[in-house]
Amino acid sequence: MSAVANVGNVELEKAAKEEAEHHKQPFILKYIFSTDHKMIAKQYLITGLVMGFIGIAMSLLIRLQLAWPEQSFWIFEVLLGKFQNDGVMSPNVYLALVTIHGTIMIFFVLTAGLSGTFSNLLIPLQIGARDMASGFMNMLSYWLFFLSSVIMLSSLFVESGPASSGWTVYPPLSALPEAISGSGMGMTLWLVSMAIFIASSLMGSLNYIVTVLNLRTEGMSMTRLPLTVWAFFVTAIIGVVSFPVLLSAALLLIMDRSFGTSFFLSDIYIQGEVLSHQGGSPVLYEHLFWFLGHPEVYIVLLPALGITSEIVATSARKPIFGYRAMVASILAIAFLSTVVWGHHMFVSGMNPFLGSVFTFTTLLIAIPSAVKAFNYITTLWKGNLQMNPAMLFSIGLVSTFISGGLTGIVLGDSTLDINVHDTYFVVAHFHLVMGIVGVYGFIAGVYHWFPKMFGRMMNKNLGYLHFWITAIGAYGVFFPMHFIGMAGLPRRYYTNTAFPYLDDLANVNVLISVFAFLTAAAQLFFIYNFIHSIFYGKKAVQNPWKANTLEWTAPVKHIHGNWPGELPKVYRWSYDYSKRNADDSDYIIPGQDFIPQNVPLRENEEELMH
Amino acid sequence: MTALLIVVVAALLGVTVWQISKIFKLSKPVGEGDSPIANNKDNEKQGQLMLIFMILFYAFMFYCFYEYSRFYLPESASEHGHDYDQLMFITLGVIMTVQLITQALLHYFSYKYRGKQGKRALFYADNDKLEFIWTIIPVVVLAGLIIYGLFSWSEIMNPVKKEEARVIEIYAYQFNWKARYSGEDNTLGKANVRLIEGVNQLGVDENDPYAQDDVITRELHLPVDEPVIFKFRSQDVLHSAYFPFFRAQMNVVPGMVTQFSFTPSKTTKEMRNSDYMVDKVERINDIREEKNEVLEAEGKSTLDSYEFDYYLMCNKICGVSHYNMQMKVVVEPKEDFEEWMKEQQQFKEVIAQNN
Repeated sequence: MSAVANVGNVELEKAAKEEAEHHKQPFILKYIFSTDHKMIAKQYLITGLVMGFIGIAMSLLIRLQLAWPEQSFWIFEVLLGKFQNDGVMSPNVYLALVTIHGTIMIFFVLTAGLSGTFSNLLIPLQIGARDMASGFMNMLSYWLFFLSSVIMLSSLFVESGPASSGWTVYPPLSALPEAISGSGMGMTLWLVSMAIFIASSLMGSLNYIVTVLNLRTEGMSMTRLPLTVWAFFVTAIIGVVSFPVLLSAALLLIMDRSFGTSFFLSDIYIQGEVLSHQGGSPVLYEHLFWFLGHPEVYIVLLPALGITSEIVATSARKPIFGYRAMVASILAIAFLSTVVWGHHMFVSGMNPFLGSVFTFTTLLIAIPSAVKAFNYITTLWKGNLQMNPAMLFSIGLVSTFISGGLTGIVLGDSTLDINVHDTYFVVAHFHLVMGIVGVYGFIAGVYHWFPKMFGRMMNKNLGYLHFWITAIGAYGVFFPMHFIGMAGLPRRYYTNTAFPYLDDLANVNVLISVFAFLTAAAQLFFIYNFIHSIFYGKKAVQNPWKANTLEWTAPVKHIHGNWPGELPKVYRWSYDYSKRNADDSDYIIPGQDFIPQNVPLRENEEELMH
Repeated sequence: MTALLIVVVAALLGVTVWQISKIFKLSKPVGEGDSPIANNKDNEKQGQLMLIFMILFYAFMFYCFYEYSRFYLPESASEHGHDYDQLMFITLGVIMTVQLITQALLHYFSYKYRGKQGKRALFYADNDKLEFIWTIIPVVVLAGLIIYGLFSWSEIMNPVKKEEARVIEIYAYQFNWKARYSGEDNTLGKANVRLIEGVNQLGVDENDPYAQDDVITRELHLPVDEPVIFKFRSQDVLHSAYFPFFRAQMNVVPGMVTQFSFTPSKTTKEMRNSDYMVDKVERINDIREEKNEVLEAEGKSTLDSYEFDYYLMCNKICGVSHYNMQMKVVVEPKEDFEEWMKEQQQFKEVIAQNN
């Protein structure tokens, strides 16, 4: 593999030299079937944002129905077609929206959008490589992702409706069109789309792993890697370990649906008929699904945390506190994430003894998470915080990571899970700890690396506005949700009016919806800022945030191969911010509080263990 | 409450409009002095906003606890539920303590150490002792919670008094529940979906002697203070039998029998007369009357006034009417229960009648 990569590198070396002189690529190779990691990153970014826009729009329709159940809205009439009646949403489409909102946000926005954008952009640039190990596979990975997005969206338009058995698509509901109409054509498209998505994700992940292992520039040891790269690297490993298991679950489900096998089905009587399936178990599906499903949470979280580590350190003008502990936490989280899946299944009917084991492993994972949170807080301590929008989102991320993570202690405890399982308490928990953290990380990354991607700066005032409304709205939506969950309100209910006992929760649902609309409206500032700045933003300087990592040593104008001439050499870790010289009279480089990684050690400098 | 909501909404909308008007001003092309990178003024302002946000956030959290903690379910109507509630309150106490401390530090540091030109940050990369401390504190606290939780868990899942417990099957199908009592022999007759035919809707084996005295009902009646073992069976898709008032839940899985047991400790009547429920029902009926005024004005049918009953609800997405898959649960003194049971038909009688 490395030999191939090296050949590629030599070619790129040549290309970089040529590019410096004159080089014009045809449009289709430059913008569409590009093998350049920076262009692919942008493709992921745009696709991810478009999918995010759709996913959030769906959540607003859901919130509209939940706050004012079974009332008529013109927007439903416009958007839902035959799945509404005089502007009243049908229960079918409610479940479909819940399903597709979850699928899109988790897989298409926070897995592919987040990792795809920043792993592609930052891995080569931060480790000092010309490009990914395999540019071609990288391109393939993006286009498979694009294809799976198109298939997923096309399922919205099929006659019987899109998949509507929840994003977890548990059989038998997802296997039997007799049980719910969305399990017909819509579910087939869902499975096909996910199979392609997984192929895309695997290609991307393998590429990231190989690139990090083989293409680091001279001097870039593993302990000098920025935490972003560590996070992307480990995320890719988790993906390679767990996504194939989801693929196997999807394939078995396809066989149960279409070829009469009985992996997940047994003893079913539906619409007056007994099905021939015998001997399968839906619990098996749950095991296979959550073997990916839980690591998936960390596939979303780790890149967001990696991005935060970089932004917090740069903006605090301080080294990240406890670099080694941070790396150890990432590794511990990655390992533990593969042995906790059973905490989604405490009341699934599996042996209660297994529940005890999974409670134990689940609460263990709180320890490295706590270490990370404390380390972020300590990084802020005695810093010189530069409050750029990316920094605000990073601070917000740490805040929601703590708020959402803490309620995980309730859900991870098998006993406590009994009564809050599948209630709005869970919805509040995972939206804060995974959804909001992932989205904040994504947005923070966009603000921070926008100059690197587009050579221009985003407007900071719009960024501030975007952050504050989002921060208020996010807690406004998800904090009260814990309480209606503890009141025993199940999730995925089309309306709560069938239970008069729940009538007095209706006001809270209105409040939550109002906050949701407010938060969504704030995202329009971001979209405007994003598009406007691509074309009219202020021209960026090479290193606007005064950061140490290698991507800021590359020229603003993108060139094939990233650096003109030789690759930069690395002499230090990436966190030498505000480091003082041996006699404590000034910074190492007088008058400059940062030392880029390609600056050799100075004489009057104390050497760290990196 | 509604008035307050309207005020909040109006205020937020006002802020939005005011901010939008500012944006257009701010997003205009600016003079040379204005950089897209945070300057001293920005750091100052954003740092202060962090502090204000923290105060608002804390106020909001306290408001939620003050206003919404009454939504927490009433005192448990099952024996093990008291243990559950206690563990829940301890855990909530622990996590809220951590939440209040860490969020304060995070936001206060963001304010206190906001950037100033010429200020020097402290080069502080490592401190093993500190990191050891905050690794070991969560370890100890979590160990306590885990041990407590696991003891409760094994007590709930493996109750000791199995022999005396009454065995009841809860049968789930799209979109309703049925209960099957095991009768005098306290043993459920065999059943399988392949035996479903005519009135035998649960697929009970007509030839099984144990099945003859089984009793199938649409409501679940339970004698108070007697342990019950529930066996769950589904005929079509996954369901979840969620008894929120009893702190009990178990998925219902086609192709296998799952199990949960508890001892109801409060009759429906006792629960109805509890202070909690009297208040709650009054509040709900006020809401329903308010709604009825609107409905009457529109000439639509009105809502009935509400009286509390325990219920069993489905808590695993199971299809279009998932939101309305419920069964009434009645907990009553033993005499009442036996009286009710006498009125029910046994399985053999049902079959004989229809042959």
